Amino acid sequence: MDNNNEIRIGFYICHCGSNIAGMVDVADVAQYVEKLPGVALSRHYKYMCSDPGQELIQQDIKDHKLNRVVVASCSPLLHEHTFRQATEKGGLNPFFFHMVNIREHDSWVHTDRQAATEKAKALASAAIQRVAYHKPLEMKKVPIHPDVLVVGGGIAGIHAALTLANAGKKVYLVERDPTIGGHMARFDKTFPTLDCAACILTPKMSAVGSNPNITLWSYSEVAEVKGYVGNYKVTVRRKPRYVHEDLCVGCQECIKACVYKEPKFPDEFNEGLGKRKPIYIPFPQATPQVVLIDPETCLQLKLGKCKQTCVAACADRQAIDFHQKEELKQIDVGTIILATGFKTFDAKRLAAYGYGVHQNVYTALEVERLVNASGPTGGEVVLRDGQKPKAIGIIHCVGSRDEKTNRWCSRVCCMYSLKLAHLLKEHSDPATEIYNFYIDMRTPGKGYDEFYDKLLDEGVHFIRGRVGEVTDWAFTPEEEGKLVMRVEDTLAGYVRRIPVDMVVLATGLEPHTDAQAVRRMFNMSCGSEGFFLERHPKLAPVSTFTDGVFIAGCCQGPKDIPDTVAQAGAAAAEAMALIDKKYIEQEPNTAFVDETDCSGCKSCVPLCPYSAISFVEDKKKAVINEALCKGCGTCVAACPSGSIHQNLFEDEEIFKEIEGVLAYD
Amino acid sequence: MIELTRTIKYEADRVKGFGHDVMKVPGCENLESCIQCGTCSGVCPLSIYMDYSPRQVMALTRSDFKNEVLRSHTIWLCASCYACTVECPRQIRITDIMYELKQRAIQEGIYPKRFPIPVLAKEFSHMAHSWGRVTENWLVMRLFLKTNWLAIFKMWKLGLGLIRSGRFSVRPDKIKRRRELQKMMEMVDNVALSALPPALANNNNNHSNSKGNGQH
Amino acid sequence: MKYAYYPGCSLRGTGRAYEESLLPVFKALGVEWQEIEDWNCCGATAYMAVDEVKSCVLAARNLAIAEKAGYSDIVAPCSACYLVLNKARHYVEESKAIANTVRRALKTANLTYNCKVKVRHPLDVLVNDVGLDRIKKRVTRPLRELKVVPYYGCQIVRPYSTFDDQANPTAMDRLLNALGAELVYYPLKTRCCGGSLTGTLPEPGLLCTYILLKEAIKRQADVMSTCCSLCQFNLDAYRDKIAAKWEPVEIPVVFFSQLMGLAFGLPAEQIGLQRGFAPMKPLPAPGVAA
Repeated sequence: MDNNNEIRIGFYICHCGSNIAGMVDVADVAQYVEKLPGVALSRHYKYMCSDPGQELIQQDIKDHKLNRVVVASCSPLLHEHTFRQATEKGGLNPFFFHMVNIREHDSWVHTDRQAATEKAKALASAAIQRVAYHKPLEMKKVPIHPDVLVVGGGIAGIHAALTLANAGKKVYLVERDPTIGGHMARFDKTFPTLDCAACILTPKMSAVGSNPNITLWSYSEVAEVKGYVGNYKVTVRRKPRYVHEDLCVGCQECIKACVYKEPKFPDEFNEGLGKRKPIYIPFPQATPQVVLIDPETCLQLKLGKCKQTCVAACADRQAIDFHQKEELKQIDVGTIILATGFKTFDAKRLAAYGYGVHQNVYTALEVERLVNASGPTGGEVVLRDGQKPKAIGIIHCVGSRDEKTNRWCSRVCCMYSLKLAHLLKEHSDPATEIYNFYIDMRTPGKGYDEFYDKLLDEGVHFIRGRVGEVTDWAFTPEEEGKLVMRVEDTLAGYVRRIPVDMVVLATGLEPHTDAQAVRRMFNMSCGSEGFFLERHPKLAPVSTFTDGVFIAGCCQGPKDIPDTVAQAGAAAAEAMALIDKKYIEQEPNTAFVDETDCSGCKSCVPLCPYSAISFVEDKKKAVINEALCKGCGTCVAACPSGSIHQNLFEDEEIFKEIEGVLAYD
Repeated sequence: MIELTRTIKYEADRVKGFGHDVMKVPGCENLESCIQCGTCSGVCPLSIYMDYSPRQVMALTRSDFKNEVLRSHTIWLCASCYACTVECPRQIRITDIMYELKQRAIQEGIYPKRFPIPVLAKEFSHMAHSWGRVTENWLVMRLFLKTNWLAIFKMWKLGLGLIRSGRFSVRPDKIKRRRELQKMMEMVDNVALSALPPALANNNNNHSNSKGNGQH
Repeated sequence: MKYAYYPGCSLRGTGRAYEESLLPVFKALGVEWQEIEDWNCCGATAYMAVDEVKSCVLAARNLAIAEKAGYSDIVAPCSACYLVLNKARHYVEESKAIANTVRRALKTANLTYNCKVKVRHPLDVLVNDVGLDRIKKRVTRPLRELKVVPYYGCQIVRPYSTFDDQANPTAMDRLLNALGAELVYYPLKTRCCGGSLTGTLPEPGLLCTYILLKEAIKRQADVMSTCCSLCQFNLDAYRDKIAAKWEPVEIPVVFFSQLMGLAFGLPAEQIGLQRGFAPMKPLPAPGVAA
C-alpha cells in the first residue's frame, strides 16, 4: 500500500458554500498546507461532500498515489462516514482518513476572518501531523440477538410488540400494571373522530395476549439490564399476584365469592371514583384475563385470617396461591424498546384550583371515567355530591406552560378538553353551560381544527384567559353554593366571576416519577424536563444515545395517540433493521491491553463506565471486551504502566496532533 | 349623541424604547416572556376597578405605549399584595413592574391633581426621609391637607375613636440620627449615576432631577 | 438566642396593641429580644413607588445596625416591614448594582450589610423556634368554643414565602389550634385587605375589607385573627363607612398575639384588647365551662 513507506497526504478544504469560505480564506489555507511535510497535494473545493467532491478524492488517490487523506470541512458527525467511504473507494483503508472541523469549531463561531483563517491553518497542521501515524483498522462486527424486549404495555408498547411479532420476531412485553392498555384503556372516546377508545384498543390487547411470538409479562418490572447492543441480558421481576396465570381462566367466580360482599376499596382503574374488592380484575377487557389479589386489603394476606371463600370457589382449578413469591426471569435480547409512558400532573400542586379541597373539582382523567358507559356512574355525569352539574368549567394548561410547575406544552390537553366538553354536553342536560378556559387554543393535527369548529357550533363557551382561582366564597346571590371561577376574559376585556357546579382540570403530562432511575438502568439520557432524550430531535427521533435501545410514545415527550402509534411503529422498524442485518458494525476506536506490560494492578477495572474490562485470574491480566468498549479513553489515561492503548488515539497520534497545533506558525 | 374618540393606535403614539427601558430595571426583566394569559388580572383583587387590566398594562408597557400606561388608574390601584407575582406562570414580577411605572409617573408628574395615592407616596417618603419614622395620623393629616382638606372633617369620628382607644400619636416619632440617614440618601443620588449601567444611570438621573424639580 | 426586635412605625401608632400583646407573650415564653437601636421606617410599600433603590437603603440601614450588633435574626411583626426588609435583602443579593449603591450609602454611616441577618415574622419564631409544645404548656385558659378565622393577609407569604406555604399558609392555624381555638375554614386567608387604598381610594379599598369581614361573619366566626397591623386597622376601623355603603359587619378583629395573651391568662387591658373598635365578647371563665 505505502510506496517505500513514503507518506503522501492529500489535503482538501471545503468552502461549504459560504459557510466556511465566508470566514476562512480557504485558498490561503490550501496554500499553507501544500508546503507542510508529507503533503502531496492540497486543494480547496466548493462542496467536498458532493459527488464530484468525493470523486475528486478517489481520483487523486489513484493519480497522485496518495496514502493519507485529510478533509477540512464540517463536523465528523455529519460527513466522516462519507469521506471514509470515498477514501476506501479510492483503494485505501478508510482509517487512513482524518477530518478537521473548521465549520462548527471555526467559521461559525468567529467574526475575525484573519484569525479564523489562522486557526484553520493550525487545525489543518495538527491533522496533517497526526494522519501520518494512522494505522489500517477494521470496523468491528457484532452479532445481534433476534429477540426484542418492549417495556411498557400502553398503546405504544402494544403497537411496537405487535408490529415486531407480526414480522416473526420474538418479543417480551413487560408491563408494570396487572393489565396492558395503559392510559388509553381508561379514555372514553378519542379525538377528533370520537371513536371509542376501548373499541379500537381492546382488539389489539387481545391480539397481544394470543400472539405466539409475544411473551406477555404483566405486573412485572425490569430489574436489571446488562450487556450491549445485540446482546442485552435483562432480569425481569415478576410481582406476585397470588394467582397462577397459567391456571386462572378469568371466570371471576372468586371475586363473587370474596368475603367482602360489596366492593369497598378505591378502584385504581376508575381513578378511585369506583370501588373494587381485594381480589379483582382491573376492567372487563383486561389482558391477561387473570385476577389478582391486593395484599394491602386482602384479609388473608394482611392478617392471615380469612375464610378463603375465593379459594373454595376456585377449587377445581386451584389458581389461587397465597404463598406465591416474587420471581426473577433472565432473558437475552438484542434490542430494547422503551414505551414507559407518562404520568399526569398532580393537580394538588396548584392550590389555587382547589383540587382535593373542593369535591366537585375533577381531573380530566376522572372525567374520562365519569362519562364512560362502563365507568363508575354508568356514563351519567353525577358529581361527588350526587348533583348533576348545570354549569361546568374546564381549565386548560393545568401544570403546563407554567414556570412553577412544568414549562412545556403538554400538546394533548386542548384537544382532550374539547373532547370532554363535547362528551359532557352529550351526557348532560341540553341546557348545561360548558366553559373552556384556555391560554392559546392548540389544534394542529389532521381534523383537529375542524373539531374545534364543531365545538363552537355546539355552543360550548370559550374564554381566553388562565383562571386565577377556583373558590367557594360567594359574592353575589347566584354564586351561593357554587364554585366560582375568577378569570380575565382577555378577549372581551373584563375580569369575570363565573359560578359553576363542576370544574375539570386539564392536567398536563409529565415524566414518570422514576424516569431517572429507568434512564440510568438503560444507560440513556433525559432532557432537562425529564423525558427520555432521543438521539436527534428530527433525524433520529426514536433512537437513543445507547445503541439498540429505542423509545416510543410519551416517555419521549407528550404526544397524542396517532403520534404515539407512529413512533411505536418507527421504533419497531428501527429494531428490525438491526435484527435483520444480523450484525452491527462498530467503530474500531476501542482500547486494548498490551499484555506484556500489564502488571495486573486492576486499577482500570472499576473505572470503566461500560463495564468492559475484566480481570483474567489465571493470566493476572486485564482484558477489554471490544464489543462493550465505547472508546472513552478513561482506562488509557489511568493505566499506571501505560499498557492500555486505544485505536485512533495512540500516543504518537495525539502527541503529533498537539505538536501540529502548537508548532504551527 | 354619542361621543366618539379615536381608538386606533399609530406608530407615533408609541414612545419607542419605553418598554425596553422598563424591562432593563432589576426585577422587571421577565416581562419579555409574557404570554398574555391574564392570570394577573384573574387573581388581582383590585382588577375589578381598573381601567386597564394588569395584563393589558403589561402588553402596553412592552409595546411602548408609555402615555397610556402612565395615565392608567391601574398602576395606582395596585395595593402591592403580590398575588399576581406569585401566580404568574412566567414568573414576571408584576408588582415590581407596577412600582417602576408608579415611579415613572411620579417623576414625570403624570397623575391627576390632588390624586391622593401619589401624594401619599411622596408625603410618606418625605416623612421617612426627614424624621426617619412615619407617624400615621400625622401622615394622614398631611395627605388630606394636600388633597382634600375637607375630608378631615369627615374623618372626625375615626380620629376620635383612635384618641379614645389610645391609638392617636400627639407627637411625631423621630429617630435620633436623622442626619446620618439623610447623608445615606444623598449618597444614593451621587452613587447611582456612577454605579449603574448606562441605561439605569440615565434613569436615575431623571430620578434626582425630577425630584429636585418637584420637591424644592 | 436573643432576637433583634424591629417594631416598625405602626406598632408605635395605630397598631400598638400588637406590640402590647406580643412582647408579654414573648416574655411568658422566655423569648428574649432587644429593640434595634435607633431603627428607622422600613419605607413600606409607599416608598417603593417613589424610589426603589432608596427604599432598599432605608430598609438596609436597619439590617446593618442589627448585623453590627451581632444579631442573626430580626423579628418584624408588621407584614409590610417583614416584606420590605426581606425584599431589600433579596435585591441586594440579586442585583449587583443595587448592592453597590446600598453598600456605599451605608458606608457614610460606618455601616455594612452582608446579608447575614435573617428577617423573621413572630409567627415563624413562635411556631418554629419556640414550638407548639412549649406554647401548649403555657396555655392556662384554652380558647375552647371560640371560632376563629385565621387571616394572614398578603405580604407575610408573598412574594417571599420563607416559612410557610404561599397558597395555603398554616402557621397561624397550628398556633391557634395549640391555644385550643376552633378554626373556621376561610378561603380568603391571604386575600388583600385593601392596604393603604382604604385611606386613599375608599371605594375599592373598603370593598376588599368588606369582603373579608362579610365572609368571616358568613362562616360564623366569633373573631378574626390577624398578624399585620395594617390588616387589623383596615378590618377594625372602617366599619361605619362599610355599614353606610353596604351592610353592618360587626366582628372583632384582633392580633393573634392578643389571643395568645388571653389563652395565657394575661389580663385583657395588658394585651391591648380595649383598643379595638369592635369589642370581643369575654371568654368563659376557666373551669366554668365544664
